Amino acid sequence: MTSNAEIVLRLDAITKRFGKLVANDAISLSLHRGEVVALLGENGAGKTTLMNILFGGYTADSGSVQVFGQTLPPGNSRAALDAGVGMVHQHFTLADNLTVLENIALGAQPMTDVRLSKKEIYNKIKILSDEFNLKVDPSARVGSLAVGERQRVEILKALYRDVKILILDEPTAVLTPQEADDLFGTLSLGIKNGLSIIFISHKLHEVMAISNRVAVLRHGKLVAETLTADTDKNALSALMMGTAAKSPDITLANPGKTLLSLQDVTTPDIGNSPGLKSVSLELKAGQIVGLAGVSGNGQAALADVVGGMRMPSQGALVLNGKTLTQWSPRAAVQNGIARIPEDRHKTGTIADFDLTENAILEGYSTAPFSKGGWISWKNAKQFVTDIIEKYDVRCPGPDTRIRLLSGGNMQKLILGRVLEADPQIVLANQPVRGLDIGAVNYVHSQLLAARDRGAAVLLISEDLDEVMDLSDVIHVIAGGRLSPGFARGTMTPAELGIWMAGQGFDAQVAHAS
Amino acid sequence: MRLEPIADPSLARSIAPPAIAIIATVVIASLLAMLAGANPFSVLGLILKGAFGSQFALLETLNRATPLIFTGLAIAVAFKAKFWNIGAEAQLYAGALITVVLGTGALPWPSFALIPALAIGAVLAGAVVLLVPAILKTRFGVDEVVTTLLFNFIFLLFISMLLEGPLKDPMGMGWPKSARLISEARLPRIFDGLRLHWGFALALLCACAVWVIQTRSTLGYEMRAVGLNRDAAAFAGIPVNAVLVKTALLSGGLAALAGFSEVAGLKGSLTLDLSPGFGYTGIIVAMLALLNPLGVIVSALFVAGIFVGADSMSRAAGVPTYLADMMLATALLLMVLAIMLTRFRVVRD
Repeated sequence: MTSNAEIVLRLDAITKRFGKLVANDAISLSLHRGEVVALLGENGAGKTTLMNILFGGYTADSGSVQVFGQTLPPGNSRAALDAGVGMVHQHFTLADNLTVLENIALGAQPMTDVRLSKKEIYNKIKILSDEFNLKVDPSARVGSLAVGERQRVEILKALYRDVKILILDEPTAVLTPQEADDLFGTLSLGIKNGLSIIFISHKLHEVMAISNRVAVLRHGKLVAETLTADTDKNALSALMMGTAAKSPDITLANPGKTLLSLQDVTTPDIGNSPGLKSVSLELKAGQIVGLAGVSGNGQAALADVVGGMRMPSQGALVLNGKTLTQWSPRAAVQNGIARIPEDRHKTGTIADFDLTENAILEGYSTAPFSKGGWISWKNAKQFVTDIIEKYDVRCPGPDTRIRLLSGGNMQKLILGRVLEADPQIVLANQPVRGLDIGAVNYVHSQLLAARDRGAAVLLISEDLDEVMDLSDVIHVIAGGRLSPGFARGTMTPAELGIWMAGQGFDAQVAHAS
Repeated sequence: MRLEPIADPSLARSIAPPAIAIIATVVIASLLAMLAGANPFSVLGLILKGAFGSQFALLETLNRATPLIFTGLAIAVAFKAKFWNIGAEAQLYAGALITVVLGTGALPWPSFALIPALAIGAVLAGAVVLLVPAILKTRFGVDEVVTTLLFNFIFLLFISMLLEGPLKDPMGMGWPKSARLISEARLPRIFDGLRLHWGFALALLCACAVWVIQTRSTLGYEMRAVGLNRDAAAFAGIPVNAVLVKTALLSGGLAALAGFSEVAGLKGSLTLDLSPGFGYTGIIVAMLALLNPLGVIVSALFVAGIFVGADSMSRAAGVPTYLADMMLATALLLMVLAIMLTRFRVVRD
């Protein structure tokens, strides 16, 4: 449809190698005016590298980047910005202690230019936010905003600089379904106003919904480029993975005895994030309990309690029939709790440790990895080699620093680390956030396998589809309060949405009184 | 111009910048020598000759390197866990203090018992001195850079007070100086007739021990994990605060051995000029060694060589000894730059 329109961005035979790995192999791609091109690929396929080259973060080994016909000097991070290309990163680049207005003006406005008043910046932001339907208060402090709002600020930041080309890296990974719909609305408005968009994703239904054209990357190669209208989800999935993706079959649970229960547990609030408010929860053997809820409603507090990071300030934590008086991360590990942390980069792994050192992060102080205060690197190496093989961790070897692995492979190592101990309870906090379909299915099948082995699984996720697909029992958390448990298939997304908005609780209280 | 991170630096990338930094240091030192009015080649030759050119010079360099190995190890151990111990100077004096308190006749033991007792006493004293900032940090979040740095001055004044009072040598003709160690407390020489004491051997032994601890023990693993990512370490169940305290004990103990070795091996008594800043120079030694305990031996020899060589050079060439300080400062700055260049490459816009 847009093939006649002017080409605004052309990537010409971009090649980038990291040691032996070819991250981008002669990739050519062009973007026309008013077009949405979806860049689709698994983690590690080379999407991020390609965008880093466009923005001068990396220098390509060969090939060139042209914006509006002008070749960008390689390795210059300002060149792309100055040429009118803006990017909204998956991990936001905002200063929490500044206001929305200050964040937007920062860098876009010459520091020395005193003529432009705050009022004018404010007005320009207001006009942009009306024009693109990006509702946000310019005087609000960014630290107080929800994730969806922060993303709007990021988009406004790009629009404020009059970008003509907008690149969005996994923009919906942090959004609720409603927020994602709003975002798509904004993008449509952008197209009408002459923007051209590159949309990086691995969520197929979004790619189908928003893009005009799809480019699929696999192992650093551009394996397909097609009009969205000429393809479908299955074909794209097959292109992306190399084989057709298969989500795990869900079988019915066969719940056993209660392994861990929280009884009227209360924890203090942490900053803006609410603590638990008299929460009672039972985790039973052979059952997946899903925790649905909007981000920042007490999920972190619950994960902290189950994972040993925090002791309830009120209420009891009962493990295998015994009320716990001492509770720590190490006690949790020793009591057979497998913890998959929310942030695998910051808390799950140590970036500059190699795979071996990361694999024994929880077990280093006990046999077989520790012998009288000395680490048995031989046993550690054996352990990590087994994990690499069994969990299909793609890496150059056990001596590789884990920072060099893709998110999916990092998560596989964490899965191996915690699941090889044959845990009785699995705490999976956002286990597939930011992962590609292949890795998502893999993680889900491992959680199901753990359940079928008789483990109790607590799945915390902001992705309602994920919770509804996997969980045998669903609880909703809102404002630190926990809803009753709903059995699989008894609730619709809309009904759960009411609880997620914090409304069901009041009815429950009214009903009880 | 700007910096681009290198995801996985090659071996050459890790070695070349530090090597170039050393060469650049020599070149800049030559220029400084020219500014001071001397022939740069003869100055460098004189430094080398003064540091390593004769048996006497070499032994002098080894003796000077000994306390630097101890303080360098103390800093390397602490910095590896991101515990910023700037107080090696105070810990050194704590070790020296215990050595003179117990070694001037209080313990009338034979050498084989007295010397180990003094060394252990020194280690404990240094550990206790650093324990206070460590507890302040882990309990109350007090910044250890401030506490350890300021404690240096407090402790030096405390030593000064003792040397003017209870520890003052009655035979010292009024100088602020402690009594001399009894002969059983003196570290013997390694080789008869050569002025090199067993403190040097102990320093080498400590460097090897620290290396083994860091790479092989669970404590070393914990210290490295805490240094690289405190959040992940805490999540995995590593007792972060306990590890920091243990690190502080080890670091303080190592720094105190410098004081023990200087008093028992070289000086024989405690004076206020026992350390010409070994505690601070230890930071340079540790940084030059990239915090590697075995590298500390090499960098301590390098730094000691410059000091000893510059002393002798300044006498021969009539150039101020401050040239040595400037060379060290240059070496440190260039090495910090080199460390950065092992992880980033400079890209021209």
